[in-house]
Amino acid sequence: MDAIPSNFPRDEDGFVDWNKVDVESVELPRDEFERAGLDKPVEAEIEELKQESGFASVIVVDNLPMIAEAKYAKLLSVLTKIFSQIGTIREGGLLMPQDDSKTSLGFAFIEYENEQQAQSAVDQTNGYQLDKKHVFKVCKFDDFEKYEKVPDEYVAPPPKPFAKRENTQAWMMDQRGRDQFVCRFGDETEIFWNDPQTKKGEDVYTRTHWTESYVQWSPKGSFLATVHRQGVALWGGESFGRIAKYAHNAVQFIEFSPCERFLATGSTHEPSKAGETTQVLVNFFDTRSGAKLRTFTGPISDFIAEGQQGLTWPVFKWAGQSNGKCGAFFAKIATGAISVYEAPEMTLVDKKSIKLPGVVDFCWSPADPILSCFQPEQNGGNVPARLSLIGLPSKQEVRSKNLFNVVGVNMHWQSGGDYFAAKILRTTKSKKSTYSGFELFRLREPNCPMEVLELPNKAEKIVAFAWEPKGHRFAIIHGDGARPDVSFYSMKDKQGNNNCTLIGTIKNKTANHLFWSPNGRVVILAGLKTMNGQFEFFDVDAMDTMASVEHFMATDVEWDPTGRFVTTAVTSVHQMENGYHMWTFNGKLLYKYGKDRFFQFLWRPRGKSLLSPEQEADIEKNIKKYSKRFEEIDEKIRNEADSSAASEKRIKEEKWRNWLESKKAIRETQAYKAAEADVVGETQANSRKDFVETTVIEEEILSIVEEPI
Amino acid sequence: MRPILLKGHERPLTFIRYNREGDLLFTCAKDHHPTLWYGDTGERVGTYVGHNGAVWTCDVSDDSSTLLTGSADTTAKLWDAKTGECYFTFTFDQPVRAVALAHGGKRAAITTDPFMGVPSAIHIVEIDLEDRSRQTARVIRRIDGPQGRVTRVLWGPLNRTVITGGEDGIIRSWDAENGEVLKISQEHSKQIQHLSMSEDGSHFISASLDKTAKVFDSETLECMKTYSADRPVNAAILSPIRDHIVLGGGQDAMSVTTTSSKAGKFDSKIYHKIFEEEIGGIRGHFGPINALAFNPDGRSFTSGGEDGYVRIHPLDNSYFEIP
Repeated sequence: MDAIPSNFPRDEDGFVDWNKVDVESVELPRDEFERAGLDKPVEAEIEELKQESGFASVIVVDNLPMIAEAKYAKLLSVLTKIFSQIGTIREGGLLMPQDDSKTSLGFAFIEYENEQQAQSAVDQTNGYQLDKKHVFKVCKFDDFEKYEKVPDEYVAPPPKPFAKRENTQAWMMDQRGRDQFVCRFGDETEIFWNDPQTKKGEDVYTRTHWTESYVQWSPKGSFLATVHRQGVALWGGESFGRIAKYAHNAVQFIEFSPCERFLATGSTHEPSKAGETTQVLVNFFDTRSGAKLRTFTGPISDFIAEGQQGLTWPVFKWAGQSNGKCGAFFAKIATGAISVYEAPEMTLVDKKSIKLPGVVDFCWSPADPILSCFQPEQNGGNVPARLSLIGLPSKQEVRSKNLFNVVGVNMHWQSGGDYFAAKILRTTKSKKSTYSGFELFRLREPNCPMEVLELPNKAEKIVAFAWEPKGHRFAIIHGDGARPDVSFYSMKDKQGNNNCTLIGTIKNKTANHLFWSPNGRVVILAGLKTMNGQFEFFDVDAMDTMASVEHFMATDVEWDPTGRFVTTAVTSVHQMENGYHMWTFNGKLLYKYGKDRFFQFLWRPRGKSLLSPEQEADIEKNIKKYSKRFEEIDEKIRNEADSSAASEKRIKEEKWRNWLESKKAIRETQAYKAAEADVVGETQANSRKDFVETTVIEEEILSIVEEPI
Repeated sequence: MRPILLKGHERPLTFIRYNREGDLLFTCAKDHHPTLWYGDTGERVGTYVGHNGAVWTCDVSDDSSTLLTGSADTTAKLWDAKTGECYFTFTFDQPVRAVALAHGGKRAAITTDPFMGVPSAIHIVEIDLEDRSRQTARVIRRIDGPQGRVTRVLWGPLNRTVITGGEDGIIRSWDAENGEVLKISQEHSKQIQHLSMSEDGSHFISASLDKTAKVFDSETLECMKTYSADRPVNAAILSPIRDHIVLGGGQDAMSVTTTSSKAGKFDSKIYHKIFEEEIGGIRGHFGPINALAFNPDGRSFTSGGEDGYVRIHPLDNSYFEIP
């Protein structure tokens, strides 16, 4: 009864007389609609209006050629062709106004079916080059107001006052040439100096909750990137202040360009409704200005090869840095093609992708703009599989090879881009078993000669392959058993000719991973995971084991950038024993560090050496002269550490003795003694003090027997 | 020197106690029978039969005549140490965890676990060592304890305070007369497993699951030393003659199965008391160490493990040559 308004006509008994109620006049109070779960009528109407006559799905294309009547229809069809690729243009939705003389005015309106299509049209065609003179300027019609407000005259913004920035290379100037590393454990992120003299990590900077997921150094070590829900932040300088931040909601992956000038951030977004696909979003930023240079977005299928499942970061791979030029190529795989873009313009090279039917994987040379890519067999084996090296920006094939019966290919570039190896897994003719072989390419020789390497027992499983950094050797772990063999090969024979030769094979090693020192020569044969953390430090020049050590359950191995030290770490994939061990390059344990919930250990990379190869050779030759200074410093530090430790011990001991004496003095006082006697009883108090242990020897003659001799 | 292995308990050890002279060794375990051994030879003298639950702690009077035990069967019992006869039983409504005789042996502190909604409590009872027939169950004072168990209890200097450590990692000193909390120390972040007083009563050492042992001033509860270990610490003791401490522990039983015995860290570790530096370790147990006790002569110590074994470790001459 209460729900019925009081102004309704009622009969004598107080009941509503429904016959007299004018239904049209009934108006429910506003909140009554909400309670009933209905849309409010007035708002709903407005919304609908917006849908029908709003301009959200309309875009404006500017910078079109101004053409006469004769060419009008042609331009119209060109526009239709370009813009209908992106979405469905509504009927009569393409309008290109003309003036009185029927010359077009140089812009057009296009109406799409919905706002999403309009938005993607703006994203994709803004900056589209129609011909030499005409680059599209595309915006949404709704932005009209925004652009209208732009003042006609340019007013230069006031220059920002100069603020001195900290030197982001400061750590490289350490007088003792030490290296830094970052550790992440619990909620803490901490940066340390590795100090081999004092045998510990010396604190540089600590911060709680610095990152929400992980941290990463930039490739030259200038910045530390922290990854947060809202985006990425960069930190650097001596005090590790914030240098820049880049907004990217729910960012999952970050990747710097090798020159540190660009930063790519990526995320995937799960569909919210059934029938939709996972969306991928990748942003490119200018590291220094923080400006967003380009956004790539689309369904996951745009970012993966044909037939591939799921996405593996990095989606965009950066080309190796070429001759100090700080622009760079980056590329992504697509269905039957590889799209190569160029920074800082962020445009597709030649405006089109490289067509490679069926391509499944690609890899950049670490030093040059050369792509290696692999296309598996097509048409049920009629078109052979193909491995090719493609140079950029010419897109010319440097070298390619057709392959048969291929199951899988793994690509390995040598760090200097001098050599390229592809591990090929093939099936035998009967298709019942598989065997492995290697295709080796010499990039520095004319015409890029190629060699085929097969192991003596080619049916053996290849466990690991790794090039010696900066060198011409490589190591292979091969074997099917629990203790595989390790073989070392060189791309040069003993005479220095270009022949791939076996240096030697060592048998029965507990190893499943290879970790070369960044300077080459030394390699760690590591038995991780099922092998419980066995490490063998192996000198390849001498073909000799320097040390065999164990770090139980170790999960990670990280060489420092100079190749002097190496850490093995147990990260939080295991519950127990979390922490790291610091070793010298020859397998001597320097120190251990244990922390629960240990997530990450990363050495700070170093920038490129400024010394020429001749200067480096000179230092190597006169190492004694140069190392003297450092040895003196080290000696001094060791002595200081020793003497300071000794004096610290003295102080500690003195403090403790004094404290004990003061306590004793209290106990010696009359008052205390009386109290003690009261508590424990006179006799006991004394007996405790006078308790003396004595040894009493009692001799008793039991009997005397004489024995005649 | 070769340790003496004492086999007698069938369940994990919980507590070890030497008498004042060091010739007798009392061990408690989760089996129901505290056992008496000769401290020097490790020969078993006998067991104290009467408890119906795990025996958590014990204490022995200065004259070695009387043994006090606390058990999960909700009782604390007084025994004639020599005959093994139980002559008195304190019965509570909750499991008994820690017991400690006061200096002079005229009183004892007995703590009970929280149980069926009743919080933990510290009971101070009178003990009559002179005339056993006059022993009563009268509780002089019942102090309501903190949240969670009180795992260990010690008497402070002159019996004026009672020091407790518990599940919350907090060490408290209580006024023995009126039950007020006098001092609080929140140095440990996890459960306190053991407390052990120095010879002169000026300081005590704590062992905690937070992988540290710490030395505290027994009056101010000021933390004076910290010993960091790489394992949860179940027991820590002070050498009566040298500036050393011994601690023991290991991965708890639940996570042990995921590591090899090598990684379980079941050895006892010796640290320098003043410099807080590790000196060495003694291996032997194949389960976590639950209990440790130094012989009052300082020339040997005893460990008891989750593995059910008790080991007497005589310290050889090379140990005494350590600076």
